[in-house]
Amino acid sequence: MFEPIDANQIQLNSQGQLKHFLTTEGLSRELLTEILDTADSFLDVGERQVKKLPLLRGTTVANLFFENSTRTLSTFELAAKRLSADVLNLNISTSSTTKGESLRDTLMTLHAMHADMFVVRHSDSGAAHYIAQHVTPDVAVINAGDGRHAHPTQAMLDMLTIRRHKGDFSKLTCAIVGDILHSRVARSQIHALRTLGVAEVRVIGPQTLLPRHIEALGVMVYTDMNEGLKDVDVVMMLRLQKERMNSALLPSESEFYKLYGLTEEKLAIAKPDAVVLHPGPINRGVEIESSVADGPRSLILDQVTNGLAVRMAVMSMAVSGQMQEKQNNGENA
Amino acid sequence: MKLVIQGGRVIDPANDIDQQADLYLQDGKVAALGQAPEGFEADQVLDASGQIVVPGLIDLCAHVREPGYTQKGTIASETRAAAAGGITTLVTPPDCKPIVDTPAVVELIIDRAEAAGNARVLPMGALTQGLKGEQLAPLHALHSSGCVAFSNVRQPVRSSLALMRSLEYAATHDLLVQFQPQDESLTGKGCMHEDTTSSRLGLDGIPEAAETVEVARCLLLVEQAGVRAHFGQLTCERSVKMIQGSRERGLPVTCDVAIHHFFLTDENVAGFDSNFHVMPPLRSQLDRAGLRQALLAGDVQAICSDHQPHEAAAKQAPFAATEPGITGLETLLPLALLLVEQGMIDLAQVIDRLTCGPAKILGQSELGNLSVGSAADVCVFDPEEKWTLTDDNCQSAGRNTPFMDFEFKGQVTATVFGGKVVYQRAEQG
Repeated sequence: MFEPIDANQIQLNSQGQLKHFLTTEGLSRELLTEILDTADSFLDVGERQVKKLPLLRGTTVANLFFENSTRTLSTFELAAKRLSADVLNLNISTSSTTKGESLRDTLMTLHAMHADMFVVRHSDSGAAHYIAQHVTPDVAVINAGDGRHAHPTQAMLDMLTIRRHKGDFSKLTCAIVGDILHSRVARSQIHALRTLGVAEVRVIGPQTLLPRHIEALGVMVYTDMNEGLKDVDVVMMLRLQKERMNSALLPSESEFYKLYGLTEEKLAIAKPDAVVLHPGPINRGVEIESSVADGPRSLILDQVTNGLAVRMAVMSMAVSGQMQEKQNNGENA
Repeated sequence: MKLVIQGGRVIDPANDIDQQADLYLQDGKVAALGQAPEGFEADQVLDASGQIVVPGLIDLCAHVREPGYTQKGTIASETRAAAAGGITTLVTPPDCKPIVDTPAVVELIIDRAEAAGNARVLPMGALTQGLKGEQLAPLHALHSSGCVAFSNVRQPVRSSLALMRSLEYAATHDLLVQFQPQDESLTGKGCMHEDTTSSRLGLDGIPEAAETVEVARCLLLVEQAGVRAHFGQLTCERSVKMIQGSRERGLPVTCDVAIHHFFLTDENVAGFDSNFHVMPPLRSQLDRAGLRQALLAGDVQAICSDHQPHEAAAKQAPFAATEPGITGLETLLPLALLLVEQGMIDLAQVIDRLTCGPAKILGQSELGNLSVGSAADVCVFDPEEKWTLTDDNCQSAGRNTPFMDFEFKGQVTATVFGGKVVYQRAEQG
């Protein structure tokens, strides 16, 4: 009766270029590869004496964080500055805004200041979609995490990290471990991995932390980590929020660690050259053993470096996609 | 005042009538069907040739938002929308502000509805004071003031003992209790059906058990208390089956389903469109198919609109932060006709679920039928007329419906309430 609007109808311009970055779901392999290639080209900028590129000179980037975060906010800030943009950081805790109208008002105010890009983190799933579709379609919206729905730049920096260490995606088996239910990272990773053509994606966790019918996203479901880690090339750990202990989802941190914590012993089940990723910040002794997090197979610090490059890539691509769209509309008008 | 509706096809399921006939209305009552009563001289004639004439529709759940939420709608605006939708009787839930737990609020609602004069508004009273689920509301006094049923809507009555006592007290006075079953803890912060789509979108899900667990608890206590009970706006096939099982064992229980649950599913939420944010949530395709079967079989005795108009801002936010609900008065009949168009159910059957079905649930024998002496409430519609609901022609103050700009077949041409024409479609082109 009704066809739901595809995210790509919102996030791509008429030429199929990125003009917002809301979700990895539905994007083509070519586009994801383009993001990775562009990010690759930005990686060496960080090594230079002068770490700036002029790509976003004269544009204003507003970082709108309706949910607290220092790490993600600072990487977006640095990414925008390396591209020579003017940056405005707004930490707006959700408690100070009444829902709905004021989110819209905040955005309309910034829109009136001619911001060119909104980097948005919000506790509601679909918040970035809402802004890009209904509030400010002509401002590039980068989703920096919306509820449990998506965290596409995190997923793409993971993809970049995997590609730089493993090369060909098609031969890989990747396992995502832990609190899948509450994780926007896991959802974005699943879509990106599937689109990039990995051989197999697995999710591993107790039933209380697995979303209903998650297998519909094309993943293999394991509740036993010892089974799930067999023959795995990439182990992608997730952060476990402390408050999950108080909600009958898990009996205790120690039981979770025993069953789903990544220890040296469990990592030995995976392939000998398996690598370990974690979106950070890590809970040592809750989801990962210190010696694994700091060990030779951990790519956690590479992820941080790659994160900067990926964010620079999607920011420059989205601004250019918006400009292209405006030019086209101008020509048509 | 004497009115004759001429030349229409009269469908009156309560009397098993489906024939071309003239309908005579006098002094607010049905005077005759077919032959004019002796000495009848019409003050007004409605030409219904090529059209269908049915009893005015009865909607078992419509939020009119007054008192308390008049930014969303008023009794005047929403009864006007009802008239445009062929609905002559609306049952309104008690969760306005103030809550309907004193006779004064009941009288206010009835007075305002009478002043507007577009439709009959039958308030439901609160089952417990302030809908808090603790202390019994003054059911007998509320009933005397005009409440037709009692409900705690979606507010929990956590104590099963308090619920049982409430039902027993209602049974004492032979009052009808309405449930909108939803277990509080299983619902949590959920905003849509828990299934593949909620998992994909990362929206908090409401499992089927949130409804079925509460239906089971209520049924057991209804049996214990021996009260007449109605379950409103069910969404799960399993709930309907449980209620039907109780009916077959002789319990006085009935149920209704909101019209949009026969068409929409959780998959519609996939684009985060807040117009699909409704409570109770849109369920699975299997549930939709099951509810359709149950409607046909008569296991669902009524269809309601579950009308919930909102101001624009209420729907302008990320999905979970928007207010749930669809404005539905003007699409109730058109969507019901779409069920017929789709070959799902006969016209007379669907009219039954919109007229005498709900009238029987309410125990209102003079409503929902065209028997001589019944209320002169009539809906006349053109079954072939194609039309589109638009921002311009929508009468409700709320525009929050996914059916905006949707083309329907079948349009109300006139509505008569209490013998007076309260709505007449503007002459076409």
